[in-house]
Amino acid sequence: MSLTAKNKDTIRTFWAKVSSNAEAIGADALSRMLVVYPQTKTYFSHWKDLSPGSAPVKKHGATVMAGVADAVAKIDNLTAGLLNLSELHAFTLRVDPANFKILSHNILVVLAIMFPSDFTPEVHVAMDKFLSAVALALSEKYR
Amino acid sequence: MVEWTDAERKAITTLWGMIDVGEIGPQALTRLLVVYPWTQRHFGSFGNLSTYAAIVGNAKVANHGKTVMGGLETAVKNLDNIKNAYAKLSAMHSDKLHVDPDNFRTLAECISVVVAAKFGPSVFTPGFQEAWQKFLAVVVSALGRQYH
Repeated sequence: MSLTAKNKDTIRTFWAKVSSNAEAIGADALSRMLVVYPQTKTYFSHWKDLSPGSAPVKKHGATVMAGVADAVAKIDNLTAGLLNLSELHAFTLRVDPANFKILSHNILVVLAIMFPSDFTPEVHVAMDKFLSAVALALSEKYR
Repeated sequence: MVEWTDAERKAITTLWGMIDVGEIGPQALTRLLVVYPWTQRHFGSFGNLSTYAAIVGNAKVANHGKTVMGGLETAVKNLDNIKNAYAKLSAMHSDKLHVDPDNFRTLAECISVVVAAKFGPSVFTPGFQEAWQKFLAVVVSALGRQYH
């Protein structure tokens, strides 16, 4: 299920449209993840406030989306491009890779909410494949 | 038995009251067939599904989307007994239709995306999303229960 040339074009075009809202997308996706999948809160026990839209959630949402932006730029070789991030997640953060899927779902939900007419089924499949590929690249160094 | 908070019951019935199954159903099934094309294996009799345009324009897909979405009515009306309410439908999906139950989970995700796009952030809040996805998860579980 690797990204076709058409997928990459779709992703780059869509990302160009939405990237100015990256921080808002990240904040909302993370907020929703913490509410809808409460088991994910276990990774953030060091935060004072885990409620939707709180300061730590906003800040971290921006961080995550900066990673997504980076991935778009490195879309032709995600495994190599995200090696450092993979090491971070594998050895320092040790996030169970099952959670990548959960956050990806919430990013897709937020994209649907914020861009209902642009987030067509064709864009949806390209973005779903892309986020899956990013998750795979992030899992690279785990074992 | 599934425990629903008052807030969750309210969210589910509110959302259900706003949903037009003839609109949301076809959109959700279309997304399933486009985003997860291997699901097309169950629709050999639906005619042309070979391109995006073909799927979007396919009347059988639209009709079936409406049927499937309408099937959620049973769950909304039987929130405290979803497991039993879907026993027959579960057996049918297993013994007659031979649908991999993982597809139910995938379709539920597509339904949530379509509902999110339709109702936007003021209705589909994180709290509503939680209730709605929990509701769909219970339906998905009930539909998979009679498989053997």
